[in-house]
Amino acid sequence: MLAGVLLLIFLPPLVAKDLCKDSQDGFKVRLSIKTALGDDAYEWNESEMFLFRSTLAYAMRKQTKQDTYNITNILVCNDTQRVSFVFVVTSPDDPDQLIPKEQIEQAVRQNKHRINNAFLLSDMTLEFVGIPPTLAAPIIYDTEPWLIVFGVVIGAVAVGIVALLMSTVSKKRRAKEKAAGLSEEDEGIVKENGTALSGLGGKEGVYNQTFSNDNRFTEL
Amino acid sequence: MDTASVASSAQERPKWDNKVQYLLTCIGFAVGLGNVWRFPYLCQIYGGVFQYPNFLYELIKALLGYYRMIALVLAGVASMIISLLVGLFYNTILAWVLWYFFHSFQEPLPWSQCPINENNNGYVQECVASTPVNYFWYRQTLNITPDIEQSGSLQWWLVVCLASAWSIVYICFIRGIETIGKAVYVTSTFPYLVLTVFLVRALTLPGATDGLRYLFTPDWALLMDPQVWLDAATQIFFSLSLAFGGLIAFSSYNPKKNDCERDTLVVGIINSATSLYASIPIFAILGFKATGNFNFCINSNILDLTNAFDVAERNITIENYESWLTHLNTTDPDKVSSLNLKHCDLQNFMDQSASGTGLAFILFTEAVIEMPGSQVWAVLFFIMLFSLGLSSMFGNLEGVLTPLLDLHLVPRWMPKELFTGLICVMNFLVALIFTLGSGNYWLEIFNSYVGSIPLLVIAFCEIIGVVFFYGMNRFSDDIESMTGRRPNLFWRVCWMGISPIMLLVVLVAYVVVQVQKHPTYPTWNPEYENFPESEVKPYSGWVFAICVLLSTVPVLSIPIVAVYRLIRRQTQLQTGSSLPNPYDNQAFSTGSIKAL
Repeated sequence: MLAGVLLLIFLPPLVAKDLCKDSQDGFKVRLSIKTALGDDAYEWNESEMFLFRSTLAYAMRKQTKQDTYNITNILVCNDTQRVSFVFVVTSPDDPDQLIPKEQIEQAVRQNKHRINNAFLLSDMTLEFVGIPPTLAAPIIYDTEPWLIVFGVVIGAVAVGIVALLMSTVSKKRRAKEKAAGLSEEDEGIVKENGTALSGLGGKEGVYNQTFSNDNRFTEL
Repeated sequence: MDTASVASSAQERPKWDNKVQYLLTCIGFAVGLGNVWRFPYLCQIYGGVFQYPNFLYELIKALLGYYRMIALVLAGVASMIISLLVGLFYNTILAWVLWYFFHSFQEPLPWSQCPINENNNGYVQECVASTPVNYFWYRQTLNITPDIEQSGSLQWWLVVCLASAWSIVYICFIRGIETIGKAVYVTSTFPYLVLTVFLVRALTLPGATDGLRYLFTPDWALLMDPQVWLDAATQIFFSLSLAFGGLIAFSSYNPKKNDCERDTLVVGIINSATSLYASIPIFAILGFKATGNFNFCINSNILDLTNAFDVAERNITIENYESWLTHLNTTDPDKVSSLNLKHCDLQNFMDQSASGTGLAFILFTEAVIEMPGSQVWAVLFFIMLFSLGLSSMFGNLEGVLTPLLDLHLVPRWMPKELFTGLICVMNFLVALIFTLGSGNYWLEIFNSYVGSIPLLVIAFCEIIGVVFFYGMNRFSDDIESMTGRRPNLFWRVCWMGISPIMLLVVLVAYVVVQVQKHPTYPTWNPEYENFPESEVKPYSGWVFAICVLLSTVPVLSIPIVAVYRLIRRQTQLQTGSSLPNPYDNQAFSTGSIKAL
């Protein structure tokens, strides 16, 4: 009688352990808490395990849209110091039946982000062996950033070239105008004795020093 | 001096605004990409013992600027051809630098992670097999073909970058030394600023001291290899830009009374000092990268062991890794060997040196990812490379422009801006070869074959020409008239003995080494069984013919021009000299009087 009662009490966990240990539908989970958090790392204990099991139950609920999943449906075994263990999921309708691998994989994949956040970990530090992390979608730019930088640089260079060329052109034009201006003055002056006075440095002509006032030097 | 040219040129020969401009331009030309990425590599190999020959050749170059007539007659055309060819591929390197510069503003840096493949279920295979940095360089930048025979198509993004590079060169070069003289204030000084910033940053990185210790301990065994000495010699020539017409051209714009001896020493010393100064941050950064790679290697081994044996986290550390490994090996050797642990050796990672484009675009970009604030460092680094290359480009183009101007090959009516623009456009069109899929292979060919034998031959011809044909005494007299003192015994011994002999030895040795083996080149072939190692392929017949052509055409121009001048002088002597004699008013010249 006593043996029977004892058997009844210990059978479910034993069966559960067997379900977990021998199963093909289980996943190994590895956590690297110290790597992720360094000095802020928390200790892995029963409560953390409880949280893990509840998040997995949550993931199953979301994926199957059945509210019947409970924490008792998540069985865990093979705990190690690494902080790694194996888990299986039993069906809420029949505790002896296991949910197939593919379904668990889908559930985990869809909710990995929430599971990561519950433990302050990332895809690298919370590994489900056999479930590769979904890669972040590549960022698609409207205009590639490098084209923007290129546009700025090329615009500045083009402005510079145009400015330099304009300055050359305007310099040449000014030089031409000066030459033209001198030749215009040529036309205006009346030529005396066949010579043009403009080439001699201005309208006033050249100062002839023969008749300058040199009183300061000699007294007559 | 040619009185005809003095009388006919209404425009004055352009001049430097001040001495500082001239010095900065020469320094900018001499200090180029080679100082940053070739010298540290060679230093790594044998500890920088090759400094001494540098000084022997420098005085020649600055002084030869004053003898542009002689220089032009003997070697000007050859120098011009070399400057042209080098300018072509040098600016392509600048185009690559610009490409990396444009991408340095992206967060995260595009060469830090592999792109995702089309199915969105993994990374691109080629990237996974090699590294993200390699993938970005070979695939996303160059889009390289497996060998030189397959040309691929023009890569539009490289064409765009090449056009920008040539536009930037044009805007600085637009009026010759007038605009160059202004530009060098920035392009020659900015690299030093950046190098100092990098020096400070690099010395604070972990692993920097290992890198520096590695730099200053040479491998004496390698000194026995003549190939190494050969590489060093060509490196000096290429670095100082000795045989390029550029330095000659720059010097020709100086006033006649100029202390060229002091100038040369200044340029030479600064060039060598820059190389040494640049190698310190480079080696510190390489040491940092090697230490990072080593730690990564060990940590991945530790992770494998931890996961396989379910050991608690952080129990195996870098310090006790060895003891743990031996312990686990004794208890369960099969499991350990099945993990295929990598062999991590710090020395191995340090030996992963590279020169040239490998250093800048692969090693350095990899290092920059690990540094905090990567974008800033990447931007600074690539701007520095661009300034270094730009100031060297000025020299190359001046080496083409000045001879053309002096030989009066430019039509009168063409303004200078148009002519420089034409040069830039034509260079751009020819350089489109390097934007093909096989462009990098062609660039390596140009780099090895234009930058080696022709340079040595031209330098040799120039020194022989000045010392033996022009005469040592006349040369010393000219120097005395310019600087006020005759060159002392050290210089004379160098010019007459040591330099020509060394040049000849290096030249002969180089040719001998080259003809002994059929040249090969490394290729990037994703289909190769040992990928990511590069597959070494031999050059095919027509490609090798082009290599030989590149080496010989500049050299052949020397005798061709010499013969041409000789013939012209003979015909002049027969018909009476065409050079105007100031005392000859031609009323009584022999040609016009009929015999009475």
